[in-house]
Amino acid sequence: MTATAPQEAQTRAELPDRRIPGEEGIWVFVLGDMTVFALFFATFMYSRGKNPDTFARDHASLNVALGTVNTVLLLTSSLFVVLAVQRVLTGAHRSAPRLFTAALACGLGFVIVKAVEWAHLFSEGKTVGSGEFFSYYFMFTGIHLAHVLIGCVVLSRLIAITRREELTGHTAMLCEAGGIFWHMVDLLWVVLFALFYLMR
Amino acid sequence: MAMTRRVTLVWMLLLGITFASFVVGVEQGAGVASAAAVVIIGLALCKVRLIGIHFMDVRVAPRPLRLIFETYVLAVFVTLATLDLVVT
Repeated sequence: MTATAPQEAQTRAELPDRRIPGEEGIWVFVLGDMTVFALFFATFMYSRGKNPDTFARDHASLNVALGTVNTVLLLTSSLFVVLAVQRVLTGAHRSAPRLFTAALACGLGFVIVKAVEWAHLFSEGKTVGSGEFFSYYFMFTGIHLAHVLIGCVVLSRLIAITRREELTGHTAMLCEAGGIFWHMVDLLWVVLFALFYLMR
Repeated sequence: MAMTRRVTLVWMLLLGITFASFVVGVEQGAGVASAAAVVIIGLALCKVRLIGIHFMDVRVAPRPLRLIFETYVLAVFVTLATLDLVVT
């Protein structure tokens, strides 16, 4: 980060019409992760088709309202991140730390709601060993939760680096790449929410 | 400002689709569970596409990246909907 020569953050007006958002590496990672999750989704759907009654019964144990709250939290955090990255790219980065902080607060809210939800399920005796549905549920939402926690660390870092007086082009790229990672976390949850909470 | 307005509208649309999915999820009857599941999967993949295009800025990405993303969304929808309707 400090190795690059000081330069003004590239403004949106200077950006070419077609460009890779962030940088190539983040897309290799994000598309790879999305592909792994796509395999998870397909495996879940296959098992659900084989055991429809068991899945429908266990699905009823989940709290759809809490799942919906978490969806709203992640979608809202994504909006804050888009706005923060936009501020950075347009050179008006003074409000970016506040927006990244709001996104982080939503992310931490997601973690708290998930903890409440899991605690409730554990108190009912539902664990990763409570049948196929709950094995998938705890495994997939657990892996996703790890992504959320990594995303929270990324957002904390972005809050720190956007507090500087002047941002380099490299810093702007880091913000955009971090934002893409956070949106991927949001995007994966959208499908998990549909599969586990909404489908009977 | 146009960009702020656009992404805010997309966010509102995402919340609207979430609410619509919630209603479909709650209202689905036993006899139409499979059809409801396809609708729920379709709505979720619409949200995925909106997040990718507008939040991840895939709309300004080079054509190959956009093509990969659009193919991903379509492939996941077709695979999950097919598994829902075919596997018994």
